[in-house]
Amino acid sequence: MASGVVRAEAEAPTAPTAPPYLVIQQVAKSFGTFAALHRVSLTITQGEFVAFLGPSGCGKTTLLRAIAGLDPPTTGSITQGGRDITGLPPEMRDFGIVFQSYALFPNLSVAQNVGYGLRGGGWTRARVAERVAELLTTVGLPEQAQKYPAQLSGGQQQRVALARALANEPGLLLLDEPLSALDAIVRINLRQELRSLQRRLGVTTIMVTHDQEEAMSVSDRIVVMSQGRIEQVGTPEDIYRRPATPFVAGFVGRSAHFDAKIDTPANMLITPDGLRLEARGLAHLLYGARVEVFIRPEDVRIGPEALVMRHHQGVVTHVEFMGALSRVSVELGRLRLDADVPAGMVTALGAFVGSAIPVALPPEALMVFPTDV
Amino acid sequence: MSSGTLPASLIPAPPVVRPRLSRAAQIMRLGQWVALMTLAMALLLPMGVLLSRAFSNQAGQFVWLANFATYVTTPALFTAAWNSLWTSALTTALVIPLAFFYAFALTRSRIPAKGFFRAAMLIPVLAPSLLPALALITLFGNQGMLRGALFGQPLYGPVGVIMAQVFSCFPHAALILAVALGTSDGRLYEAAAALKAKPLRVFMTVTLPQARYGLVSAAIVVFTLVMTDFGIPKVIGGQFPVLATDVYKQVVGQLDFNMGAVVGIVLLLPAVAAFLIDRWAQRQREATMSGRAVSYQPKPNAARDGLCLLHCLVVAGVLLGLTGVAIWGSLITFWPYNLTLTTANYAFENFDPAGWGAVWNSVKLATLVAVIGAPAIFTIAWLLERGPQGGPIPGMLRLTAQLPLAIPGLVLGLAYILFFNHPANPLGYFYGGLVILVANCLVHFYTVGHLTAMTAIRQLDPEFESVGASLRVPVFVTFGRVTVPICLPAILDIAVYLFVNAMTTVSAVIFLYGPDTKLAAIAVVHMDEAGQGSAAAAMACTILAITAAVKLFHVAMGGVVNRATQAWRQR
Amino acid sequence: MLKRALLALAALTATSAMAEAQTRTRLMVYTALETEQLAPLKAAAEAAVPTIEIAWVRDSTGVITARAIAERANPRADVIWGLSAFSLLQMEAQEMLEPYTPRGAEALRPAMRSDRSPMTWTGMDAFVSAICFNTAVAAQRNLPRPSTWADLLNPAYRGQIVMPNPNSSGTGFLTIAGWVGAQGEARAWQYMTGLHENIQVYTHSGSAPCNNAARGEYAMGLSFDMRAVTLRNQGAPLEIIVPTDGVGYDLEATAIVRGTRNLEAAQRLADFAVSRPAMQLYGRWYALLALPGVESTVRGYPAEFEQRLVSQDIRAMANERERILREWASRFDGKSAPR
Repeated sequence: MASGVVRAEAEAPTAPTAPPYLVIQQVAKSFGTFAALHRVSLTITQGEFVAFLGPSGCGKTTLLRAIAGLDPPTTGSITQGGRDITGLPPEMRDFGIVFQSYALFPNLSVAQNVGYGLRGGGWTRARVAERVAELLTTVGLPEQAQKYPAQLSGGQQQRVALARALANEPGLLLLDEPLSALDAIVRINLRQELRSLQRRLGVTTIMVTHDQEEAMSVSDRIVVMSQGRIEQVGTPEDIYRRPATPFVAGFVGRSAHFDAKIDTPANMLITPDGLRLEARGLAHLLYGARVEVFIRPEDVRIGPEALVMRHHQGVVTHVEFMGALSRVSVELGRLRLDADVPAGMVTALGAFVGSAIPVALPPEALMVFPTDV
Repeated sequence: MSSGTLPASLIPAPPVVRPRLSRAAQIMRLGQWVALMTLAMALLLPMGVLLSRAFSNQAGQFVWLANFATYVTTPALFTAAWNSLWTSALTTALVIPLAFFYAFALTRSRIPAKGFFRAAMLIPVLAPSLLPALALITLFGNQGMLRGALFGQPLYGPVGVIMAQVFSCFPHAALILAVALGTSDGRLYEAAAALKAKPLRVFMTVTLPQARYGLVSAAIVVFTLVMTDFGIPKVIGGQFPVLATDVYKQVVGQLDFNMGAVVGIVLLLPAVAAFLIDRWAQRQREATMSGRAVSYQPKPNAARDGLCLLHCLVVAGVLLGLTGVAIWGSLITFWPYNLTLTTANYAFENFDPAGWGAVWNSVKLATLVAVIGAPAIFTIAWLLERGPQGGPIPGMLRLTAQLPLAIPGLVLGLAYILFFNHPANPLGYFYGGLVILVANCLVHFYTVGHLTAMTAIRQLDPEFESVGASLRVPVFVTFGRVTVPICLPAILDIAVYLFVNAMTTVSAVIFLYGPDTKLAAIAVVHMDEAGQGSAAAAMACTILAITAAVKLFHVAMGGVVNRATQAWRQR
Repeated sequence: MLKRALLALAALTATSAMAEAQTRTRLMVYTALETEQLAPLKAAAEAAVPTIEIAWVRDSTGVITARAIAERANPRADVIWGLSAFSLLQMEAQEMLEPYTPRGAEALRPAMRSDRSPMTWTGMDAFVSAICFNTAVAAQRNLPRPSTWADLLNPAYRGQIVMPNPNSSGTGFLTIAGWVGAQGEARAWQYMTGLHENIQVYTHSGSAPCNNAARGEYAMGLSFDMRAVTLRNQGAPLEIIVPTDGVGYDLEATAIVRGTRNLEAAQRLADFAVSRPAMQLYGRWYALLALPGVESTVRGYPAEFEQRLVSQDIRAMANERERILREWASRFDGKSAPR
């Protein structure tokens, strides 16, 4: 797995400049014979916002719960702020957490929920009230203190859960699919608020999500996971533009996918129906090596634009109107590709269903991965 | 940052993590231990002592399976097993449709007076099982007012047994089915309506499948209840032998404890099988419940509502009617020769030396069982559900908590004598007093309370404790501030259940009461044996009055408690 | 909530402990006597022996015997007062009775006391198997009044008779023991086979046949005399028939439980149980008393009642009990299914 990182630029992601805060080494977790995590290692720096992204069952929540101490890992070590916390119970760690369900205490008012952890030495009634008011203002709910959770909207409940998690000023904020129970529009607003709040407080944050758009819009870095392993760690742009593995290329963003072999000269590919395509950075691969190729719809060129480069003749099979863009489906022999073009350009490009059209796949846009045999 | 660039197998194996339990988790683990030990002491060890009797002879020597060999070669005992099976099966087959349509009417129709029907359905639970038997004798006995209705069949025998069992098992089935139907997903009905399905088809394809695990549970509960009950066949069974009376016959008639233990084991088998099927069904059900289900609001439908109302009126009429007959029976001078009304039957001192004292003993016992049992059962269920899950203890505790349902009260009572009265047992000090009765009742009725508590706790968000832990709030604070207040209605339900059953049980305690702790339900049996049928009916009605009063108080107090602790449920 | 419950519990145990600390010795007495007999007996015994206090545990013969035997390893009862001699002989066989000859016990009828020395039990009174005959039902159905066991074979009684199943009821055993004693075993089995045709039901409980006859459920129930007297006093149209061709009887008897912690007080109670005043008290309910010369005050018994008792060896019957019951079960119990 994660073997050949093909292109040189993917090898040097932006190195974190701040000191490491959370260091995860060789963490594995198995439930009976099922291995949910395979020796995962990861370093997160102070103040970073990191998203764990992957399909359900990829191990992202398992890793989060290992970090929280809710389900301690089977092997490996985790240090937080220089302290080994691997086997510690959650009570002895320093984090706040927001669950997908929020887990608000339904019988306690909003203020009681937020102030739930503010107890013991020094927390006088007045100080608690002051801190709760401050937190509710921070999350934009200063008026709702006396209500019960059931009387709030989903978005408001989410903010209460966030305020509660932040009440003790934890060093680490863990968010387990915090937005997935919300409506689409509320989600988009909330994730920006979440991001700016995190910036303001500077709290190191880990968010688990299966929504790539959400991960890309808020994170400093994204950890893409699959089948209990980390596929790639990088900035949103890295992940999107320079996927390290076929899984990432296929999972993040949209792309068309096909098999090919290395042909001559160097950097030339040939598909099973003999279509020859030029790519970049494949000089180290031997003639005849099998590869998987991905290309994103926005990189596929059609119409006059394609004529200026090496192109092939395709047939338009479908045109889908998507607002600002239209997605044109073309067939190049047995190859099915999508091309995103500005909606107004469809006619100008001559993209009518059934019509022939020139199609070009720019060499620098092809994401090529040798097939493991 | 480093995502594995080397194959993981080449790196030396990382250290194995030894998770540390927090102090709270350690205390919870300790609590699980204590609960397991207590239940073992109060259930597993006594049963073990009793069951070991099945493998020894009168002199106490170990004889392998000799007793079982004797058992299978005695044809009369086989007859009893067969009778137990078929009466249980037939009762189940009769109760389930009756209860299903009753529950259906309560949850899926727009009939009026649902509150009344819900209350009426509970009556049999509130009365000792002798009450329907006495009422049936008054109605269908050879001198009964309606004896012609049996077409010459004698009441004393399977007919009477099944009639009385249907009466006493009805509420158990109806309660389970009302819950099963009440929690069904309304969206499926909308889908069916959108597909223009005919009502019958909707019923067959939506209603029945949705309730199928409820049906399985209800059927199993009824089957087990009938199988293990000995009071009804003893009073109204005539010569009709069943396994439960065979235990009685072996132990009480022939003083053969070893053979009694053998029959006890035979009796455990179907009950344990039923219990395993039920567990299977429970697991299936958990998998099918969706968190987004929408509750179903029935629309008016004259034909359906009319039939439902008729069904409810008939069933409630029978339940109330039988109770009414028992009350009337308690007020007549001497059935059937002197029907003058009198309250003399309520002067219990004239019939039983314990007199009204037996009633107060019962109230005292039931109160202690409820007050100790409800918090203890709930706390143990919580420790089990939310405490540390590793190791063998949680599994063993779970299994132990489910066992009492399968153990007939008489068998448990006998096990208690043999275990607690053993000279080497330091707990023998409690023998003969109220403490042993309380312990016996708690164990005997443990399972239903436990299941109620588990259901309530499972409805809570599983992350409450995690949130508390992340905020460094001890788990016990979360228990006290969140879990208990939310589950208070369930805890009250458990308390009332325990109270009612401790008031009405006979079989669990008949070997265990002492000179100062005679109980009202036992007095009913004694008076009936002494031919004082009217006084027995009077005592049974007194018990019913107390349990009904407690139930009414529960309903009334439920309102107060809801206002005080459940305000958050209002939107 | 839990704490308060524990406190209540502690208080309860404390009060019961205080009761035991009274000056009088509290004796736990197991009995199967009728409930209405308990209060007068307790009062008389406590008056005669001021140092004791009686705490009754009363249940049916079977239950109380089963309980005593189950408690054998650690006996709870001090004295058994008023339990079938058959039950006591079973306990004797298990070495559960304390040998003690109460003062004056030698005066009892020899058949109505233990044949050991010192004695293990002493008789109080005899009760006999009897027919509870409902005259109202009989008139309605035109049934003749039986006066002997042999009369019960009359085909007119088909389905009119109930008797207790001897396997679950001491009374049932007493009845068939009487037949065996009077007719010899072979003829007794023959008799029971004939009677089986007329039996409607073998009930589980020994009291049920007479109770059912009293309520008119059946025309007649085979039970024992004492039960019938009680029911008739309540107003049941019952005639108590003591058959003239020999009736089985059982004794109500007293014994001290081996292992009692109050042996001295238990012996005083055993002394009282055979005394003349006690016998006179038993005579209020039973027709034949263990002490010769004490007259029963129960009315309605035939004068030559004593002669109707069969000569039976209680100890021999007790030894044969298990075999006879098994034989009975294989002959009649297998057919217990409803007809």
